[in-house]
Amino acid sequence: MYRHMVLARALDRRMWVLNRQGKAPFVISGQGHEAAQVGAAAALRPGVDWLAPYYRDLAFCVALGMTARDFMMGVFARTEDPSSAGRQMPSHFGLRRARIITTSSVVATQVVHAAGIAYAAKLRQLDEVAVTCVGEGSTSKGDWHEALNFAAVHRLPFICIVQDNDYAISVPHRLQMGVESVAERAQGYGMAGATVDGGDVLAMYDATREAVERARSGGGPTLIDAKVARFTSHSSDDDQRRYRPQEELEALLRRDPLERFRNYLVDEGLLTDDSDERVQQECTAEVDEAVRAAEAAPHPDAADLERHVFAEPPSSSEGEGRGGGD
Amino acid sequence: MPVKTLIEGVREALAEEMERDERVWVLGEDVGRKGGVFLATEGLHGRYGEGRVLDTPLAESSIVGVAIGAALNGLIPVAEIQFADFIHPAFDQIVSEAARIRYRSNGDWGCPIVIRAPFGGGVHGGLYHSQSVEAFYAHVPGLKVVIPSTPADAKGLLKTAIRDPDPVMFFEHKKAYRLIKGEIPDGELLTPIGPAAVRREGTGLTCVSWGLMVHHCLEAAEAVAADGISAEVIDLRTLRPLDREAILRSVEKTARALVVHEDNLTGGFGAEIAAIIAQEGFGHLDAPVTRVAAPDVPAMPFNHPQEEAFLPNPEKIAAAMRKLAAY
Repeated sequence: MYRHMVLARALDRRMWVLNRQGKAPFVISGQGHEAAQVGAAAALRPGVDWLAPYYRDLAFCVALGMTARDFMMGVFARTEDPSSAGRQMPSHFGLRRARIITTSSVVATQVVHAAGIAYAAKLRQLDEVAVTCVGEGSTSKGDWHEALNFAAVHRLPFICIVQDNDYAISVPHRLQMGVESVAERAQGYGMAGATVDGGDVLAMYDATREAVERARSGGGPTLIDAKVARFTSHSSDDDQRRYRPQEELEALLRRDPLERFRNYLVDEGLLTDDSDERVQQECTAEVDEAVRAAEAAPHPDAADLERHVFAEPPSSSEGEGRGGGD
Repeated sequence: MPVKTLIEGVREALAEEMERDERVWVLGEDVGRKGGVFLATEGLHGRYGEGRVLDTPLAESSIVGVAIGAALNGLIPVAEIQFADFIHPAFDQIVSEAARIRYRSNGDWGCPIVIRAPFGGGVHGGLYHSQSVEAFYAHVPGLKVVIPSTPADAKGLLKTAIRDPDPVMFFEHKKAYRLIKGEIPDGELLTPIGPAAVRREGTGLTCVSWGLMVHHCLEAAEAVAADGISAEVIDLRTLRPLDREAILRSVEKTARALVVHEDNLTGGFGAEIAAIIAQEGFGHLDAPVTRVAAPDVPAMPFNHPQEEAFLPNPEKIAAAMRKLAAY
C-alpha cells in the first residue's frame, strides 16, 4: 500500500514537471487523495471487481495494476497508452485487464455505468463488486442521484466513493451541498453510508472492506464520503491561489496522507529510514524509466483517426470484444 | 405469409432474441407487467421474469447509463424510452458515452446496446408525445440510427440491431405501430443495417424518406401517376449508416429529388441528403433538390387543425412532386 502511494505521488509530481517543461500540454492531479484511493483499492480483488474511476484516481489505478509506463504513455498521448491510445486527455483512465472502465470528462456519468455493471453482475450471478469514484461536485448531478437510487432499489453490489476535497474547481463545499457529509444522504436512498477520514489509508481500507463484504453478501450498496485534501490546483489550467486563502493552502500541507502513513509505519516499526529510502529510489527509477519509454514511443498515426468508430472486422482488430464481459 | 402489424414485428424480434440469447435484457418504464405503453414488450415479463424485463425508475438518463454499464459487463441491453420526446435527459449518456466508448478506448471496449423509442405524430400527442428526434442522433458518429417503416423491417432490423456490436438508436413511428400492416416471413429474419429499399420504382423523380412518411410518399406517388409522373420512392430504413449509393443511383436515373420528413425543416436530416445530392449528384440534376418537412415551429400542437397543418401528408407531398416534375 505504501509503495502504491509513493509511486502514485512520484508519477503525479513528475507529470507537473513535464507540464512545466512543455512536454505535457495538460495534467490533472490526485495529490492528497492517495490514501483514500489506495486504502479502498486494497479491499478489492483486482481483475474481478470493477472500477468506474474519475480523473483524480491515479493512485487507485496504480493499486489495481496500472504501471508507471502505462500512465506516462497517456501523459505523452502515445499509441501505447492503454486508456485511450492517446485519444483522451491524460488521467482519463481505463485499463481493460484490470476492469477499469473507460471514462469521459463528463462527471458522474460513470456512476450510472457502475450501477449497470453491478446489475449485470447480480443478474448473471457473478461474485463481483462495482466501485465508482467521484468528487463532491459530481454529487450535485442528476446522474449521481439516478445511479444511487437504482443501486439501492436493486440492492446492488455497488460502492460509490466520494472524494470530497472541499472544492469543485473553485466552488467550495458550502456552495455545493447543504450537508456536512454527502454520506448523510445514504439513508435517503436506502443504503449504508459512511464518512471516513480519507487521509487515513487504513480507515479507508476498513470502510471499503466493510462495504465490499456487504455488497458480496447481498446487503446492497454503500456510499462512502472520504474527506481528502486537494494539494494542487484543479488542473494545469487552473491556479487555486486565485480562490483559496494562503493560510488554507499552507494548512493543506499538514494533511499529507503519504507523510501520515510513513510516520505510522515508522512508529509501528514496519518501515525504517533505509527501507523507505529504497522504496523512494525504486519508484523514482520506475518513473524515470517510464518517462524515457514514453518519450521514445511512437505517436498515434494520423491515418488511424477514423478507426474504432464502430467495431472493425476481426481480421483488422484482434480480440475486439462486444461488450465488457469476459 | 402471415400479415401482421409493425408493433408485432417489434414484439416478435424481442421475444426471439430473448429466447435465443439469455444475455438480452429489456429495460425501461412500464415494460414489465404492463408490457409497455404501446404493448411492444407484452408477454416478455411473464416469460422471462423481472430480472430480464425490468421496470426501471422514471429516469431516462439512468435507463441508458445503466444499459451501458450492463453492456460493459456482458449483457445485451435493449432499452425502451417510452416516448422519443423524453429521450433528451439521456442525450449525454447516448452522445458523450455510448457513442464514444469504442472510439475513446481505441477499440478496447464496446457498447452493444439498442435504444428503442416511439417517435412521430398524428395521434394527438401534442408537443411532448409527437416529436421526431432522429436528426440529433444521426449527427453523431458512433451511433447507428434505424427507422423501420414495415412490419418485416421492424422485426428484421431490430433483430440485427440486437446482434450489432455497437449502439443502435431504433426509432419506431408510433402511428405506424398498428396502422401499417404487412407480411412478415416465417423463420429467422435478419435484415442488414445500411441498405435502403426501393419501395416503388419510377423514372421521373426520386422521393427519399423514412418511417411513416414512406407510406405517405407511396400514396402521393400513386396519386401523381395519374398525371403521368413516375415517382421512385426510396425508404432509407437507416439514416446511419446512410445508403448514399442508393440515393445517387436513383437520382442519376430520375434527375429530380424530393426529400420528405416529419421533423421540422431546418437542420433536419433531409438537409444532409440534399447536400449529398447537390455535391455528388449535381451533374445529374434537372431541378433543385426539394424538401417537404414540418414547419419550423417548436413542436406539434395537440389541436386537430394545427396538427394537420404541421404534418406532411400525401396531398402536400403530391403537390411538391407535381411542382418538381414541372420544373
